Amino acid sequence: MSELTLERGLTAFLAEIDAPTAAYFSSCVHCGLCAEACLFYLETGDPQYTPIKKLEPLKWVWEQNFTLAGRIKKALGLSKPVTNEMLATWQELLYDSCSLCGRCSMVCPVGVDIAYLVRKTREGMVASGHAPEGLIEASRRAVQTGSPMGLQFPTLQAQIKRLEKEGSTQIPVDQTGADYLILLSSMEIISFPEYLGAVAKIFKQAGVRWTLSSVCFEATNAGIQIGSSDIARELVSRIVKAAEHLRVQYVIGPECGHAFTALRWEGPNLIGRPYPFKALHIIELLDQLRAEGRLKTTGKESDRLTLHDPCNLARKSGCIEPQRRLMGIVAENFVEMTEHGEFNWCCGAGGGVSSNERADALRMKAFRRKKAQIDEIQPNRVVTLCATCRTQLEEGIEEYKMDIPVIGLTELIAEHVIETDE
Amino acid sequence: MADTDTLGESLRRLGVTRRGFLKFCAATASMMALPPGAAAAMAAALEKARRPSVIWLSFQECTGCTESLTRSDAPSLEGLIFNAISLDYHHTLQAAAGSAAEAAREQAMKESWGKYLLVVDGSIPLANPGYSTIAGISNVEMLKETAQGAAAIVAVGTCAAFGGLPKARPNPTGAVSVSDLITDKPIINVSGCPPIGAVITGVLAQYLTFGQLPDLDAYRRPRAFYGQSIHDRCYRRPFYDKGLFAESFDDEGAKKGWCLYRLGCKGPMTYNACATLRWNQGTSWPVEAGHPCLGCSEPSFWDAGGFYKALSVPTAEVARTAGYALAAGVAIGGVAGMVGQSIKTTAATGHQKVTVDELEA
Amino acid sequence: MEFLLWVRGPAFNLALTVFVLGMTVRLLEIFLLGRRPNYAEPRGPEFGPGMKTVLNRFAVDPGVFSRAPFNVVVGYLWHIGFLACLFLFIPHIELAHGTFGLSWPGLPNPLVDALAAVTLVSLVAVLIHRNRHPVMRYLTTREDTLVWIATFLPVLTGYLAYHRAINPYPVALGLHILSVELLMVLFPFTQLTHAFTVFIARWYNGAAFGRKGVQS
Repeated sequence: MSELTLERGLTAFLAEIDAPTAAYFSSCVHCGLCAEACLFYLETGDPQYTPIKKLEPLKWVWEQNFTLAGRIKKALGLSKPVTNEMLATWQELLYDSCSLCGRCSMVCPVGVDIAYLVRKTREGMVASGHAPEGLIEASRRAVQTGSPMGLQFPTLQAQIKRLEKEGSTQIPVDQTGADYLILLSSMEIISFPEYLGAVAKIFKQAGVRWTLSSVCFEATNAGIQIGSSDIARELVSRIVKAAEHLRVQYVIGPECGHAFTALRWEGPNLIGRPYPFKALHIIELLDQLRAEGRLKTTGKESDRLTLHDPCNLARKSGCIEPQRRLMGIVAENFVEMTEHGEFNWCCGAGGGVSSNERADALRMKAFRRKKAQIDEIQPNRVVTLCATCRTQLEEGIEEYKMDIPVIGLTELIAEHVIETDE
Repeated sequence: MADTDTLGESLRRLGVTRRGFLKFCAATASMMALPPGAAAAMAAALEKARRPSVIWLSFQECTGCTESLTRSDAPSLEGLIFNAISLDYHHTLQAAAGSAAEAAREQAMKESWGKYLLVVDGSIPLANPGYSTIAGISNVEMLKETAQGAAAIVAVGTCAAFGGLPKARPNPTGAVSVSDLITDKPIINVSGCPPIGAVITGVLAQYLTFGQLPDLDAYRRPRAFYGQSIHDRCYRRPFYDKGLFAESFDDEGAKKGWCLYRLGCKGPMTYNACATLRWNQGTSWPVEAGHPCLGCSEPSFWDAGGFYKALSVPTAEVARTAGYALAAGVAIGGVAGMVGQSIKTTAATGHQKVTVDELEA
Repeated sequence: MEFLLWVRGPAFNLALTVFVLGMTVRLLEIFLLGRRPNYAEPRGPEFGPGMKTVLNRFAVDPGVFSRAPFNVVVGYLWHIGFLACLFLFIPHIELAHGTFGLSWPGLPNPLVDALAAVTLVSLVAVLIHRNRHPVMRYLTTREDTLVWIATFLPVLTGYLAYHRAINPYPVALGLHILSVELLMVLFPFTQLTHAFTVFIARWYNGAAFGRKGVQS
């Protein structure tokens, strides 16, 4: 059997380097301001978490192969090569202390898109065998079982039955020709089963023709998190295949940030062609239904609610207003965190950090950034639209004894949907 | 001339009053930035000074320096001082000619060996000694011979001081300055093309008074006259500081007397006393007359990039060089870029699919 | 004087050649790498948001400013001072006028003089800060120090030449031009390239975000 080698890692680095990469590395002047936008640096004060330095392996490969002076230096043996030891040291920096939140990319004075480069660097880390254990396990389970948590369709089927029994709603599976294929995340199925019920309730009221797929219900993509296009492609292809098989017009991502990035932005490039369907986040679809007058709600929450924007949705996908318009119809006391939307602060769990047990302590430290934001405005509850964010918020709130419930936006909407019995 | 006369006696014989003489001493002292007491000391010293023997050698020159020194519409004190020295040899001014002239030089050298002052104007050709000879003697030979017995040498004019016009590229005669050839004698460079007459006499007066060389700058020029740049003493300086420039010789700026920097004025790099002493009995000076300073008192001023090109403009052919470099850059960059692309393509085709089995291993 | 003629002539030619050739190569090396085709349906355009990011990154994020005010203020100060001295000092404009025929209004000399002093002080502050702040100390390489020296010297020699602190003046002016030539020679091989590539980098950043419907 073949194995992962430094050679394969370096080849992956070479293949990843493009014009923006070269422009970015040519521009960094080591000003260190990216550190001031990184929650891992800010909450630990440890300079090794300075974002730009996390890219050192990729930078060396670029310099030694794609600049004339670097090539000459390399030929003369004047430059230090990237080694396995170096990559081993950088593993913690590239995985444990980076949630790919992209906030540094927003503030860099010379415009370096650091998150874009971290994503690229992880390709080489995977190919050279330097990915963290937790993400390797998640990837293996995702590829082999269809879910990073090892969850199989029968589990979901049992849940569908229970939901159908509790409510009066039908949950369609494998309905060819439906308009919408609804995807889920394993975490929702296990930790937040109310999500699927909420979706079914809303869709029934709005008259949406939708379906689940028994061959592919999982939207999350461990390949994106570990940083392997090969694995990510494998997982995305399953969705595309299911959607094409069911001939749906839309594929709807669940309340999960990275799953949306994987589906919406990376997917078409992984399979090398545009989709024959549109990819939307559930919140985008709900906002569409609202705009079309198909989403009818009654009553409003009266307590003080705030919204946590998942980085993958807001900053990295431009989905910022839909969730606010939806909050508008169900909350009368909505308060924004000081920095929100594209300038939100990450919860600390994204980019595969939450799947990497080794980073647990660091992840909790990083959460203090979000804690400070929440403390500042003192809400009664926090609303979010990503299961990973939601889990991190719940864990962090417990860890720091804050006693603030967290709720998914789709469920909140469902609670106010006017039920019409046919 | 009787060399036993003192300078004072000689001046009075020429009709200079004591009062006029003191005025000259005071003016010279202040011009040379000497302390107030120096005027009296100078007067006393000059009064008693023996008329020193001066030998003046003219080599590759245009006689402009001598003109500058001697031309005057009324007999000036500078001129009289000049008359008062014992100018024993100056082939332009002396009456004697031919072998009699050379005999005068040899006699003066013999009589004042080790004491006479040697004044030189003009540069010395080395490419072929025959380019410039006097009485069949080459310039370099005559300079070396005469310098041997000199107490000090005054190189008058930019040619003698730095090589001047004859040395300008491509320097066909292999011209050099006095200090290129003589290294064992005190040398004072009185540069300028030509130098101001008062500067020449001032230097001579100081040497006669104190018997020593004046304070010199890095180019061995007396700081008293060459201590400040034209630019720093220029009456048009405020226009420079405000950014008001004449763009041509007949535009509004030129008429209003604005700064001549853009017309190529070399004032900022030129050290001379023109802006303070001026020329022709203080009548005017080039910048006041509306022409940029050429920098004539500086070494290599002929080669400093054109008289009408601003000082900050490189002498290099910027546009042409940049054009060639750009073309070469496009060629090399194109190749380098293609090499980069091929590295990328090779990497992409050489990519082995990562599988989860491999991850586990 | 021979020295001044050398730096204004052959040395300038050499430095200019290295600078122009080197930068052209660097830029081509960047652009020829290209970008992969992007098949994801865009949410917004690339060009406009890219251009907007080129401009708006001149303004600092308020949060970053509140956490690193010194770094930001000193960074602005010396960049503005340096560029003002470079482009608005009249003899420098005359250089452009004399070589390319381009001319623009300059600043009065006493103002440029003051800006040069501010630039020098700021640059020294930058160096001290670089050696003290944990993040900057962690990031700083020998190249950064070299680049600092190459940036500092032209301002210092220019300041000294203007004040005639080095004699004779042709030597002062020569040293100033030589230090600029050093800067030009180092330019394509160090992070100094950012003076050009910053606009490319910002555009790519703004374009990538713009495509996703976010103004970065």
